[in-house]
Amino acid sequence: MATVTMTVNGKSVSGEVEGRTLLSDFVRNNLNLTGTHIGCDTSQCGACVVHVNSKAVKSCTMFALEAEGSSVTTIEGMANPDGSLGTVQQAFQDNHGLQCGFCTPGMVMSAAALLEENPNPTETEIREYLEGNICRCTGYHNIVKSIQAAAAAA
Amino acid sequence: MSDKGIGASSKRREDVRFLSGNGKYTDDINVRGQKYVYFLRSDVAHGKINGIDTNKAASMPGVVGIFTGADFAEVGGLPCGWQVTDRFGEAMKEPAHPVLAQGKVRHVGDPIAAVVADSLEQARDAAEAINVDMEELPAVIDMKSAVAGGTLVHDELETNLCYDWGFVEENKEAVDEAIKNAHHVTSLELVNNRLIPNAMEPRVAIGDYDASNDESTLYTTSQNPHVIRLLMGAFVLQIPEHKLRVVAPDVGGGFGSKIFHYAEEAFCTLAARKLKVPVKWTASRSEAFISDAHGRDHVTKIELALDENGMFQAIRTDTYANMGAYLSTFSTSVPTWLHGTLMAGNYKTPLIYVNVKAVFTNTVPVDAYRGAGRPEATFQLERVIDKAARELGMDPIEIRRKNFIQKDEFPYATPVALEYDTGDYVATMDKLQEIADLDGFEARASESRKKGLLRGLGINCYIEACGIAPSNLVGMLGARAGLYESATVRVNATGSITVMTGCHSHGQGHETTFPQVIADMIGISEDQVHIQHGDTSNTPMGMGTYGSRSIAVGGAAMVRATEKIIAKAKKIAAHLMEASAEDIELKDGSFSVVGTDKSVGWGDVCLTAYVPHNYPLDQLEPGLEETAFYDPANFTFPAGAYACEVEVDPETGKVDICSFAATDDFGNVINPMVVDGQVHGGIAQGVGQALREHAVYNEDGQLVSGTYMDYSMPRADDLPNFVVDHSCQTPCTHNPLGVKGCGEAGAIGSPPAVVNAVLDALNKGGYNVSHIDMPLSPSRVWSAING
Repeated sequence: MATVTMTVNGKSVSGEVEGRTLLSDFVRNNLNLTGTHIGCDTSQCGACVVHVNSKAVKSCTMFALEAEGSSVTTIEGMANPDGSLGTVQQAFQDNHGLQCGFCTPGMVMSAAALLEENPNPTETEIREYLEGNICRCTGYHNIVKSIQAAAAAA
Repeated sequence: MSDKGIGASSKRREDVRFLSGNGKYTDDINVRGQKYVYFLRSDVAHGKINGIDTNKAASMPGVVGIFTGADFAEVGGLPCGWQVTDRFGEAMKEPAHPVLAQGKVRHVGDPIAAVVADSLEQARDAAEAINVDMEELPAVIDMKSAVAGGTLVHDELETNLCYDWGFVEENKEAVDEAIKNAHHVTSLELVNNRLIPNAMEPRVAIGDYDASNDESTLYTTSQNPHVIRLLMGAFVLQIPEHKLRVVAPDVGGGFGSKIFHYAEEAFCTLAARKLKVPVKWTASRSEAFISDAHGRDHVTKIELALDENGMFQAIRTDTYANMGAYLSTFSTSVPTWLHGTLMAGNYKTPLIYVNVKAVFTNTVPVDAYRGAGRPEATFQLERVIDKAARELGMDPIEIRRKNFIQKDEFPYATPVALEYDTGDYVATMDKLQEIADLDGFEARASESRKKGLLRGLGINCYIEACGIAPSNLVGMLGARAGLYESATVRVNATGSITVMTGCHSHGQGHETTFPQVIADMIGISEDQVHIQHGDTSNTPMGMGTYGSRSIAVGGAAMVRATEKIIAKAKKIAAHLMEASAEDIELKDGSFSVVGTDKSVGWGDVCLTAYVPHNYPLDQLEPGLEETAFYDPANFTFPAGAYACEVEVDPETGKVDICSFAATDDFGNVINPMVVDGQVHGGIAQGVGQALREHAVYNEDGQLVSGTYMDYSMPRADDLPNFVVDHSCQTPCTHNPLGVKGCGEAGAIGSPPAVVNAVLDALNKGGYNVSHIDMPLSPSRVWSAING
């Protein structure tokens, strides 16, 4: 076991982990931030996307120890300071961009990273950016619409 | 469109918790002191277990317990919920389905042993140290070979045939005769490809045992916690219902795969009782591929007889349906009552005969997946109609229109036992031609040609049957369960309402849409109504959510309970206003005496019910809480017409979906936004089946497509935006909301549209191809082109 320290959603946190502990497991199990979901074991589904130093990362592709000293944002850190839904989150609700909600945290984190890189993406650019996030419920139609709405609202 | 209540696109309240990371899925639950389970699963498709040595594993760090089949020898097997009777009046073959393998494994993934340890890593490490002396046996994978004889999946059955079902058996001779004498017969052999449902949330089960009161709790990823409690309690573990609580909290998608009672649920519940510690299992995705029930997997020959005018005369089908190695909970009903009964489609075919041979193979059990039998029926029917149109030189829309059941012919009794209550197939087709801009097709095809691409248009219609019922009928057909739904409407003292439903929401949005109905009935705000579901300890016995039944059956139960509430509330209001209950009217949350200016508010009446000082206690009980169980008189019959346009690259065989349009008649619609979303998702799954998804076993029974690297589900850049419309509405005549259900339509109606479009593209491009089996991967399309 080793100690790892990082900043998560603006707070400094540390925990005891094994070398093989993934960042996704650290966030869920050590920090009890269960909004980050695990939908596969081959880094395909994107349900576990978080931001590490402002970049979208599938948290199952990193060991917790690799995030030592990093600044991590999870879905729990995406709300406005008053606790209301942030712009991207609100756009997903307004446009029915989610159904079962399981892929949703990863979708929101990817969408936010896209809009950070490209504030006015085309539909094609949105669809291509979401290549790494699988949704089984929505057919993506309303996810794309949500991200377009979030871009317009920003 | 309304801005509140029925017909409003109310935003989903559950989204707030899902979007903020506060959803509570089963894996988010951790019970104090819990241990972790790892299942050692078979890596061979068929084998005899000569011995299991757990000694080394038992001494490894953190191990709390190791279980093998011997520990479950006295426990009941997993039950099948539907007994099919075959053509000869015999009951289907029903082999045992053990919780842990008893002497033999029958598919890759069959659980052999389970290790419970302090951590998942320790459990996994110990499982690797278990030594299984396995004698590998030949695997039975191909269905036709399986019934031809040879290796048996279940030695005690002496055959791999589960049943040979004929429907309607009395029609068989007349159908044979009609086909023999027909002007034209179109014949088609096809495969309905095996799929893996792949809800994004893998299955989880947590067993907990409270020794102080001898109660077990199972937290599980289920679409129907009451069904699990009944099946597992009564048939597997013999735990009476009052000592067993089943909780299905937020569930991350189901699509059918979370209906069934699975071995892991029974294991965790029993292991927790034996070890006196909470026991948690979370499936990895790789594990899900070899332990979740798969879907579809039919091989069919269909023949359609037509007269000289293109009118359908008779249909005969011959289907092999894969059951996998064991009978999953509702597996047997899917190729029979959910498939054979749908073969009339939207058409007036007078004679139909369906034969289904259900077959055991050394593969994962197959059961209901979104649509369940209805996509299989629709696909073969709509494909053979398209082929017939091409053979006869008829327009694919015209041949369908000619054979439609007409609006004034409802109720319509089909030759396969259903009575459709309402529909207007001409209207949905008219609407489709409008929204899909079919008139503009030639211009678009011309643009495609300039790019060297072949453009095709695929059309099809579908009908489905939702809210399977009534219970006494399905009982006669072999169902071992009732198919009613329940609701308790609890009015709180200050007028807010808690509805406890037996339905379960795992993406459908019940928490938002059900309150819209009650708000409409009473005239209060939607946010005054709360929906409680998913916990057997605080909801009435109900059958859960599948088969697009929730609003049609569960919604109807809620309406019935609310009607009782209103009737009682009117009596209280009448007392308060010294009037007769018959003269009381409820409007906008206020009770008034007709013809007077007297009124009393909803909140005052509710408070009076719970603080009954001025109250007719000699005539009326205090309180305001009612329960209703609703058992529908018939199925509901959503129907629609779909159009898909594709571009095919003849150089590579790659298919692109250019557009997809859907018109659906769902009857009345509670929340159009939610209904649109259900159709979008269904279409995406249907397009996935048509173009990408395929669960492939090799001849040794290894699942070749066992991860997301190999099993290709549609991603955002594989799909277009969809054009959907549900303005053609013929309300259901036999439920109080006039609703039909919308959850499965997209997945039923879309595969034939896609395949018909690709074949249209190829044929218009000069390639004489009559059929390609799904999924229409580039290699399959290229091979067909280069035949």
